Parts: sequence; C-alpha cells; structure tokens
Amino acid sequence: MSIDSGARPTVPEQGRPAPSHRTGKPALSEGKKAERKLGLLLCAPAAIIMVLVTGYPIVYAVWLSLQRYDLRFPAEQEFAGLANYAAVLTSSYWWSAFFVTVIITVISVAIEFVLGLALALIMHRTIVARGLTRTVVLIPYGIVTVVAAFSWQFAWTPDKGYLAALLPEGAAPLTDQVSALAIIILAEVWKTTPFMALLLMAGLALVPDDLLKAAQVDGAGPWQRLTKIILPMMKPAILVALLFRTLDAFRVFDNIYILTQGSNGTGSVSMLGYDNLFKAFNLGIGSAISVLIFIAVALIAFLFIKIFGAAAPGSDEGKR
Amino acid sequence: MATAVAAPTRGSGQSAASKKTWWSVANLVVLLYALIPVLWILSLSFKTADTVTDGNFIPRSWTFENYAQVFQIDLFTSALINSIGIAIISTVLAVVIGTMAAYAIARLDFPGKKLLVGVSLLIAMFPQISLVTPLFNIERAIGLFDTWPGLILPYITFALPLSIYTLSAFFREIPWELEKAAQMDGATPLQAFRSVIVPLAAPGVFTTAILVFIFCWNDFLFAVSLTSTSRSQTATVAISQFTGASQFAEPTGSIAAAAVLLTIPIIIFVLFFQRRIVAGLTSGAVKG
Repeated sequence: MSIDSGARPTVPEQGRPAPSHRTGKPALSEGKKAERKLGLLLCAPAAIIMVLVTGYPIVYAVWLSLQRYDLRFPAEQEFAGLANYAAVLTSSYWWSAFFVTVIITVISVAIEFVLGLALALIMHRTIVARGLTRTVVLIPYGIVTVVAAFSWQFAWTPDKGYLAALLPEGAAPLTDQVSALAIIILAEVWKTTPFMALLLMAGLALVPDDLLKAAQVDGAGPWQRLTKIILPMMKPAILVALLFRTLDAFRVFDNIYILTQGSNGTGSVSMLGYDNLFKAFNLGIGSAISVLIFIAVALIAFLFIKIFGAAAPGSDEGKR
Repeated sequence: MATAVAAPTRGSGQSAASKKTWWSVANLVVLLYALIPVLWILSLSFKTADTVTDGNFIPRSWTFENYAQVFQIDLFTSALINSIGIAIISTVLAVVIGTMAAYAIARLDFPGKKLLVGVSLLIAMFPQISLVTPLFNIERAIGLFDTWPGLILPYITFALPLSIYTLSAFFREIPWELEKAAQMDGATPLQAFRSVIVPLAAPGVFTTAILVFIFCWNDFLFAVSLTSTSRSQTATVAISQFTGASQFAEPTGSIAAAAVLLTIPIIIFVLFFQRRIVAGLTSGAVKG
C-alpha cells in the first residue's frame, strides 16, 4: 500500500493533455471517427428518453402560455401573444412571490453550502463510527418531504409542538412573515443539506491524501489546505451541488404548501404557478408563470456555469 | 483536549486518544442535527390518539396502534411494493444510462456534446408542475397511465440530468492514465478497467444511485397525477389518502407511523451503498 500510493500524484501530470487537443480539424483519423461514434452511441439512450418524455410537454406548456385559456371559460380560448406574460410581470403578486423566492433561495443555499461542506468533511474524515454517521446524515433527505414539512408545522404550532413550547406565551411563529420564512428556510436547510454533503463528499473522495500530507509537511495549515487544495480540486463537485440545489430551491413548493399555504407573504413563484394552474384553472397565466420560472432558473444556471467556467461538464478546457 | 484541538495531527500517543474524543463530539453534533426532527416524527408515531397534540417531545403514553392501523389499510402494502419496485428499477436504469452518457461526456470528443449537456440541464430546470398535465394526457392516450413503466419513464427522465452531471463531474477527475499504466504492466484491458477504473468510479456511481433512489422514493407529484389504483400507486400517495380513525380525527399518528416505515428502506439502501463508497475508495488506493 505504501509503495503504490506514493506514485499516484505524479501520474496525472504526465498524461493530462486530453486526446481531443492533438488532432486538427480537417481530416478525421480512424480513431477519431470511432471515438465520435462511440460517444454518440453512449449518449443516445439518455438523449432519446429525455426528449421522448419531456419534448411534447415542454412545447405544449410554452404554447399554452401564449394562449388565452381559462378552463372556466373554455370557449374563449384564443391566441394571446405575450399578453399573459405582460399580465404576470405587471402583477404585484408575481413580484412579491419572486422576492420571497429569491430570499429563500439565497439564504438556504448559502447555509446549506457551509453546513454541507462541514458535514462532508466530518463524514469523509471521521475516525469513529464512520458508517453510522454517513447513514444517519442522509436520513433527513430520505424522509418524505411532505411528512417532514408536516412534522415541522406540528412542532411550531402553539400547544401542539415541542418547538412552539420553547417560545414565549402567545407566539405563533407560522403566522408572521419573517418568522414563517425563517421556519421555511430551516425546514429546507435541514432536509437538503445532506444532498449537498453527499455530493461534496464524493468530490472530497477524489482529493489525494498524499497531496494533503505533502502540503502539511510543507507547513500548510488546515485552513490553507482547505482553501488552496481541497476546494479547488472539488470545483466540479461544488458546481454540481450548488447548481442543482439552487435550481431546486428556486422552485420551492412542498415545504411552503404544508407550512403556511403561502399566507402572510410567504408564497413562492411555484406556489403562484400552482394556484393559477390547479386552483384558478387559468392555464394560460399558469403556464406563463411556469415559463418565467424556467427563464429565471435558466439565468441562474447560466451565471453558475459562467462563474465556474471550465469546471462545467462538457467543456474541454477544464481538463487540467 | 484543548491542546489537541489546537494542534490536531502533531505528536502521538496522548493526542490520538483526544483526536478520537474530538471526532466523537463532532459526530455527536452531526447525529443530533440529523436526528432530533426525526425523533419527533418517531415520537408522534408512538403517541396515543388523545396525547398526540400535547406537544411533549417524549410520548407520555406509548402505543403501537398507529403502526397496526397503517397495515390495516390494504392500499398501503401494495403501495409499498409498488414504491420499492419502481424506485429500484428506475434507479438501476437511470444510473446505467447516465453512466454511459457521462463517460462519453467526460472522456470522448463527439459532436452534440454541448447540446446534450444543455438539454439535460433544461429538463432539470423546467417547472414540473406544468409538465404533469400534458404527460397525463400522453400516458392516457398510449395506455401507460397507471402502470409501472408510466412512472418509471418520467423518473428516469428527471433523474438523468442529475446523474449525468454528477457522474461526468466525477469521471473527469479520475486519473484515467492509471488504466494505461496497468495495461503496460501486463493487465488485459478488461482487467485494467475492472481493477483500476471501477474501484475509482464506484464512489461517484453509488453516490448517484443513492440520490436517484431517494428522488424516486419521495416523489409525490408524478405519482399522484400518473396513477389511480393499487396497480401502481406508490406509498407517498397512499399516505396522502390516509384518514383518521374516525372521519373527523386527524390521521397524524398514522401518517407519522407510515413516514417512519417509509424511511426504513432508505436507511437500508444507504447503509448498503455507503459501504460501497468506502470499499471503492480503499481498494482503489491499494491497487492504484
């Protein structure tokens, strides 16, 4: 073991240049052609399934968003152009829901990242009860979201829950905007930090121990090792974890639906879309909200990929 | 102990013991963080109907009534079987298909790579509530409504973007040159792949498997809209249809009991796979 492990860090540096950079554009060699064919073949099943299942629904939703279509008045369906979008974007409901969503997303993802990294480091490095810790950490993520949200609601309801009992007499935290948002964020953070931690731990697994030991011998402290070695090497894992958590957080629905039903200024954009689609049966407006959520989320994803640049999947420059 | 925290890895003997204490404390904090809300659900599931709203963290009177009640509901047992079957099949397929695509994205050069990465992200981003109604219409038209494949297909689809991203982020960090090195040392390509690459890739694959399984297991939206009978209804839907012992009683206790029962397969699944994560890493280090 000790003989082999010494050789590991040196190997990557020699062989790193990716094969894709060697060949020029004009003539494709045999190997190159075979590589293309294999690449397409391996991706085909994923591409076919994704397009088959979501192609029509996505196109249909976009089409609906351009229609005046209210299920209560089906006869009045007609093409409306961007009128639904104008109606949504000039509505104060949309903007208050939008800001609530942004607040929930930013605060919960920030807390989750710090907490998730700490959890990942503990899960990865701990020397006692490692299996137990790794398993238990994932339980919050494994619990059915709706039930977890319900249990939080119960816990914070005066006279019913253990957490409400800790508060001063007469406090009803779920009926005030600020404290209700704090509870929603708490429920989100508790539930999804394990997701973050698990993805980050998989990234940590790729940081070679020898490299850390070498840095330690050279006098790098724990903080330096974290910021100069561990975090840069985990960049791809961090991108995936942050990206998917932000996308999810921005569409927060279950927790709010159970905890406050969106009352007292706690409704998210997904709640608004749901209310319009399934309660008011206004398919045109509801679909326009969905498309706007999609655009907002797409902008977030674009920003993330720009910030992380080469660490994004599919970009060639990132192969160190 | 205070000195050991300041200088964690220097020295030996005495500091090894205090290192252990330090980790134990850290683990304990983590366990409390994860478990206190879970214990609250557990406690609700053991409370009797008249004490369930008393707000005590520890039940004052214990009962198994709630669990018995859950299993009296015919729908729950069949729903549990549906959940397990659908989640396992979806996980296996999503991970296999995702691994193939992620390998190609991380290692091969081919046209349309960026497009695939972009499209899969687009699918992960579109609000699912607006996709449910058209999916329902399609599945009704082609006879997939209320069948296992009718849920498995959407689950694979919506698990694929995460699988592809996680796995390709992971694969590109693997030192693939080790495979060539092993072949130079006389290993056949298959041997090199099996003994060098598979152990290194295993943590990423099993991490993805855990996340996909939990996603399928916990899904409510698709399950409630694309199923209607015990043929394919999953456990999350069954819970939502619980009613109390009487028409007016809130089914709090039985919902909590069902949630506890639903968490057990997740624990087993994670226990099984987290061992693989550890095994993958250590065997990789030994052979690499």
